[in-house]
Amino acid sequence: MRNEPNITPAQVAEHGLSEAEYQTILNVLGREPNLTELGIFSVMWSEHCSYKSSKFWLKTLPTEAPWVICGPGENAGVVDIGDGKAAIFKMESHNHPSFIEPYQGAATGVGGILRDVFTMGARPIANMNALRFGAPEDAKTRHLVAGVVAGVGGYGNCVGVPTVGGEVNFDAAYNGNILVNAMTVGLADADKIFYSAAAGIGNPVVYVGSKTGRDGIHGATMASAEFDDATEEKRPTVQVGDPFTEKLLIEACLELMGTDAIVAIQDMGAAGLTCSSVEMADKGGVGLDLDIDKVPQRETGMTPYEVMLSESQERMLMVLRPGSEDAAKAIFDKWQLDFAVVGRVTDTGRFIGRNNGAVVFDIPVRPLVDESPEYERPWVKTSAPAPLAAVTAPMDHMAALQIMLAGPDLSSRRWVWEQYDNSVMADTVRKPGGDAAIVRIHGSNRGLAITTDCTPRYCLADPHQGGAQAVAEVWRNLTAVGARPLAITDCLNFGNPERPETMGQLVGCIQGMGEACIALDFPVVSGNVSLYNETHGQAILPTPAIGGIGVLDDLEKHADLALRRTDDQIILIGETKGHLGQTIYLRQLLQRQDGPPPPVELAVERHNGDFVRGLIAAGTVDTCHDLSDGGLLVAAAEMAMAGDIGLDLNGPDDPGFWFGEDQGRYLLSVPATLVDAILQQAEKRQVPAQIIGRTGGETLTLNTCEPISLSRLRRSHEAWLPDYMNSN
Amino acid sequence: MKASVIVFPGSNCDRDIQVALANSMGGPVEMVWHGQTEMAQTDLIVLPGGFSYGDYLRCGAMSARSPIMREVVARAQQGVAVLGICNGFQILLEAGLLPGALLLNAGRNFVCRDINIRVENSQTQFTSRYEQGQILRIPVAHHDGQYFADPDTLAELQAGDRIAFRYCGSAGDESANPNGSIDDIAGIFNDRRTVLGLMPHPERAADPLHGGTDGRGLLDSLVSALS
Repeated sequence: MRNEPNITPAQVAEHGLSEAEYQTILNVLGREPNLTELGIFSVMWSEHCSYKSSKFWLKTLPTEAPWVICGPGENAGVVDIGDGKAAIFKMESHNHPSFIEPYQGAATGVGGILRDVFTMGARPIANMNALRFGAPEDAKTRHLVAGVVAGVGGYGNCVGVPTVGGEVNFDAAYNGNILVNAMTVGLADADKIFYSAAAGIGNPVVYVGSKTGRDGIHGATMASAEFDDATEEKRPTVQVGDPFTEKLLIEACLELMGTDAIVAIQDMGAAGLTCSSVEMADKGGVGLDLDIDKVPQRETGMTPYEVMLSESQERMLMVLRPGSEDAAKAIFDKWQLDFAVVGRVTDTGRFIGRNNGAVVFDIPVRPLVDESPEYERPWVKTSAPAPLAAVTAPMDHMAALQIMLAGPDLSSRRWVWEQYDNSVMADTVRKPGGDAAIVRIHGSNRGLAITTDCTPRYCLADPHQGGAQAVAEVWRNLTAVGARPLAITDCLNFGNPERPETMGQLVGCIQGMGEACIALDFPVVSGNVSLYNETHGQAILPTPAIGGIGVLDDLEKHADLALRRTDDQIILIGETKGHLGQTIYLRQLLQRQDGPPPPVELAVERHNGDFVRGLIAAGTVDTCHDLSDGGLLVAAAEMAMAGDIGLDLNGPDDPGFWFGEDQGRYLLSVPATLVDAILQQAEKRQVPAQIIGRTGGETLTLNTCEPISLSRLRRSHEAWLPDYMNSN
Repeated sequence: MKASVIVFPGSNCDRDIQVALANSMGGPVEMVWHGQTEMAQTDLIVLPGGFSYGDYLRCGAMSARSPIMREVVARAQQGVAVLGICNGFQILLEAGLLPGALLLNAGRNFVCRDINIRVENSQTQFTSRYEQGQILRIPVAHHDGQYFADPDTLAELQAGDRIAFRYCGSAGDESANPNGSIDDIAGIFNDRRTVLGLMPHPERAADPLHGGTDGRGLLDSLVSALS
């Protein structure tokens, strides 16, 4: 071992390690670490890689179902979708880098999640993203929106994976800490899934992809700390993406996966070469020897510390069958990518690095992973919100609708998703703008429905209900297009877990999510936790973003929200109590955010959803929209605008009826001839169903309010975001 | 009929056009790696969409210098039909098989949208299945799709009936030209009308599940002309 100066307490602190954690390192090694070893421990034990604050609670989430092939713990979750195919998917955060450098932060977020998915043998077939920005008035918001959207598009478009949907929210709580959560869904043969457990003593460890540079060193540690005024100085820790290389890497890896050369494979994401090697060795119960000087390097004079901690993008690590190196190298040569044998699998159980023959680190693998700290952080339950104070409608409902549809919360996101290629791969069946996107399972008449959702203001008011609602809403979005929901991935974005209040939000949300997952048979198969999302002690809204997938067995039978016919009847499914607490109506028209969020009755949710899905599967219903932000009138207006067909609605003159956000509800547009049969079925199944209107004409009409022309409504709905982005 | 699709590093619509063409032809489509210097006999060469070489340097510039492109240019000169879609159109310009240039979109952003184009010349092997003046609804998805040509070139294209498609509006559609192309040009022919380059993606409007099949006519035209 090379002699190096002793580690100082300041260096320990700079690496984000506590004194107790450092003591554990001393115990594990039986000696002082050198700087490289300290760096390796620090990234492996960072919040980002070790989940030390959340692990205890994550274990409570349901992760199993008969169709789950692989749950959390691998690069991504894998579910059986029938016909010998599997869907592989995950959502991941790239919040801190995106705030510092929005274009590259968002771009490399997309690149990272793509690699998590194709590492397991899947061809990526769809990207989604959930973006949360500060208040529109905040000086930085416009710049961040422009950069993030361009970065998401710039990477995904170039790689050639369609971005089929997502969410964009604005709230002052994200002013100093935006959220960029990216999701990828891939398609693989169910019997050709690749895992990361290294095996076969003596087998070659191979590095492929881009060369290693000095970018992104300590990204995982940065993602595990709060922001302060010095944050801008962290720009050099943001990685730079190269989507062209990623595209080549996808093709090269998939080509190699068509042979039997690969024993194990893992992408280099957070904590780069360190995390990928250690995880592969730990999962396989083996040791790993690395020759650091053999790692392809972009710059000269890089130290072992820098090579091990670099987060350069578009790199993968593989264990190959002995003798297959030449054939594998030929594939990577064809795609003009680096290929280097950088080490061997060993039986020592140790992770050993050599630089020009000299040992520069030597750490036992098991303790590096198993002894990683796990905290049961103190938490306090979020106190129940005070009851909703009386609500008086400030204006007539149609005037309210116009303001809501033309505001930051509910305006059209077209300006965003038109910058994403949503139809490359030629399998996109339903584009952004609906409840869930639909992509065809290539070469078949079956499809996958994909959505992301979360309502952070609900989570703030009542984390438990908010967590359950996020899962239920995703399930409802998939149901509304006719898909059978299969599983979710979660991206848990919270503030500093060392604050008991914040920890209480995390705990509450996870508990609510878990209940919803069980009630809806909708397990968590992958995910990511992003903590310390705060600046100057100001935490973001608790945001457990949920991505979900479902399967459609016959693409001919799916539903869309756009009205298709005149003289249809509009049927409201589900009970409307008129819940106004925490609604967009309160927030936007009355500048109030009080009361409890709408309760999620999971048994009812499932009952109503199963009924609607049955109607779509039977071919009876082809037009459906779930009710969420903004409530009934907003949903009805979205259906009318999308289909360019007017609506005549009738109902009580009560803002709760039209704008309440009661859960478990859907709107159906149904030809008059089918209405009686549907209502009878609903009655038999005890599903609340009522006719609230009729399609036709060119206006939206409600009771005795002044009608609004659809074209005028659409103009203001479409205008807000482009006007905002183009103004100074 | 034999058709060949050139695969450049970074092409990402190669499979899409392969599938759409195979459906129109009822037979397989040959995929040709850019690094090859020779190509089997073929009736149609397609340069697909995507981001060949990541659009680095200049869209299509590096691909136009790929080994296979000598052969593509030679075949084009012999009169073999060549179709360039999106990035393929950019490569055709860089290779000198078509005149003009494609610039950054006027709106400065990538744009992915279903747009209308009008068939300006239905008397070609690429467009015979369409009516003259027929309006097609087809997606565009590009960052550098603003067609530009100097006045003389533009006059030549106009006089020679070499403008294949123009962006056009329909009732209520205010954003007819998605990229600021000069004279609303969406696609052009060479002087013999054996080479077509266009920005819209016909292969993404070739199946009822795409939401429209207006692009299929282009592929069917080629199949009937070349079979």
